[in-house]
Amino acid sequence: MRALCWYGKEDVRVETVPDPRIINPHDAIVKITSTAICGSDLHLYDGVIPTLEKGDILGHEFMGEVVEVGSEVKNLKAGDRVVVPFTIACGNCYFCMKGLWASCDNSNPNAWMLEKAYGYSGAGLFGYSHMMGGYAGGQAEYARVPFADVGPMKIPDGLSDEQVLFLTDIFPTGYMAAENAQFAEGDTVAVWGAGPVGQFAIQSAWMLGAGRVISIDIVPERLELAATKGKAETINSTNENVVEKLRAMTGGRGPDACIDAVGMESSGHTPDAIYDKVKMAMKLETDRPTALREAITACRKGGTVSIPGVYGGVLDKFPMGAAFGKGLTFKMGQTNVHNYLKPLLKRIQKGEIDPSFIITHRLSLEEAPGAYHMFREKQDGCIKVVLKPQGVAA
Amino acid sequence: MTQNNQGQSPTAMFEKIWPGKIDQNKINVGDYERIGSVITGSVFTLYGLTRKSWLTRPLALIGGYLVQRGMSGTCALYQAFNINTARQGGNTNATLHANRAIKVKRAVTINKPVAELYSYWRNLENLPQIMEHLESVTVKDDKTSHWVAKGPAGITVDWDAEIFREKENEIIAWKSVEGGSVPNAGTVQFTDLGQDRGTEILVELDYDPPVGVIGAAFAKLFGEEPNQQIQEDLRHFKQKMEAGELPTTKGQPSGRQNQ
Repeated sequence: MRALCWYGKEDVRVETVPDPRIINPHDAIVKITSTAICGSDLHLYDGVIPTLEKGDILGHEFMGEVVEVGSEVKNLKAGDRVVVPFTIACGNCYFCMKGLWASCDNSNPNAWMLEKAYGYSGAGLFGYSHMMGGYAGGQAEYARVPFADVGPMKIPDGLSDEQVLFLTDIFPTGYMAAENAQFAEGDTVAVWGAGPVGQFAIQSAWMLGAGRVISIDIVPERLELAATKGKAETINSTNENVVEKLRAMTGGRGPDACIDAVGMESSGHTPDAIYDKVKMAMKLETDRPTALREAITACRKGGTVSIPGVYGGVLDKFPMGAAFGKGLTFKMGQTNVHNYLKPLLKRIQKGEIDPSFIITHRLSLEEAPGAYHMFREKQDGCIKVVLKPQGVAA
Repeated sequence: MTQNNQGQSPTAMFEKIWPGKIDQNKINVGDYERIGSVITGSVFTLYGLTRKSWLTRPLALIGGYLVQRGMSGTCALYQAFNINTARQGGNTNATLHANRAIKVKRAVTINKPVAELYSYWRNLENLPQIMEHLESVTVKDDKTSHWVAKGPAGITVDWDAEIFREKENEIIAWKSVEGGSVPNAGTVQFTDLGQDRGTEILVELDYDPPVGVIGAAFAKLFGEEPNQQIQEDLRHFKQKMEAGELPTTKGQPSGRQNQ
């Protein structure tokens, strides 16, 4: 089959690789009809996530048709059309039972790697480095899906791929970010990053009863989308002091909840941002938390900072004093996608949201390497790329 | 005992050559090994110093270290790996040499009833499914079984084990029968944590490494560290019982096959 493989920093290629096969009894093989490039894939593209190996297949937002199931799979059969959560969960451990699917004890075969770095390991993820399990990803014609009875959700007829594809990651991720923000009805929510996760966080904040939503980014077309589709007020941080602007917009109090939908490779022109860029380039620092610092400083006293943006290592100049001094609450982590599949599918079916509004580019799998470059450089108004491994017309 | 032997012990001998340099409390190298260390070290030093090649020069350094190690009876490498070949006696189990035994203690919590876990483990022939280094376990009778394991460097080792104490759903204690190539003894304890918190499994294991203490030290260096090994075994037990399979990515496609 054809698959997008990683070979190094800014080096991804579509190659012919062997087809996946059933390895464990709870596996299924899915023929992929739609697969997306995630903002977090850019961290892999930029080479800032350790333990990727040359030849690894990327991709963790995919859906398609089940073509084969292992001997122990009971809920799925060949022909079923499914979306596949990017977090892999066994469904039976202490954490899965508590709904903390992204903390599954059993799905990461390389748990020891993360235990060395993090103390304990979370769930395995598709196409996201060997410390996250080393599972082959879904930017390919086919993928092997472990614990197929637990993760994949069948999609009813009448819904297009584009309407449901983002249930695999970014819609639940934005929704969980809004939930994690723990705001009350009528509160003001500020969202850093107007990329796909930021857009879904904005939409979800409204669903959960926010009174105002403010979107912060540096890319004009993304702010535009946040304003038109997301009905958010916007701040372009290229030409505004975000903390001062937010203070002015919120009667001198600050937003009740702040969401960092940017993560470890934040942009910025402030001295701390430049310092981080240099340190990261010299491998003295793993993450660049400009947006997070701003969110902490801007947040009102006793407010919540919710972090759906991905961080991988250790941060410098983390304003712990501000966080402590204002009594902030932090909520973060990989998305417990499994919790949100059915409730969010229902919202889509009811017409409350059509997640396809973020798609700017529909391309074939063969065009994926160029798409990575375009997405990273935010060229051509690129916000979200969907790849069609079985052909664009299909 | 040390008092009686003071006359011939290397400590007394080296004390005469190198007075005041030996700290009794820090000695962690056995008597014969110390003498061997001094002799080997001397040969290395002489050879290293007499040959003019840059290749052999480091030998003199290594030799010097070995002489110092033998004379003082203290080995920094042994200290680092918590090895002691000088200690005598004090072991509770007759099948093991306390001075060489490696001790492992690891626990895991499994979200399954204690009875299910106990019965899986008590059926010893199941264990190779979750313990990567085991090739097979053959049950001979209610108490004894034959174990075959993959040792370091590709060798196979085997031993007979005997369960000398067991209490259903609580503990299994075993020791190897005299004459096996890997003397070992240990317990596995099962504790019901109640309130749907699962069952805690605690394994304590002592064993003599198959190719001596140096073998284990090297095994540690090359990542076959026993604590890590037992940790992985327990993880596999948990995965098998909770998830019904051991997760793996072996055999999946990648772009590496092309190169």
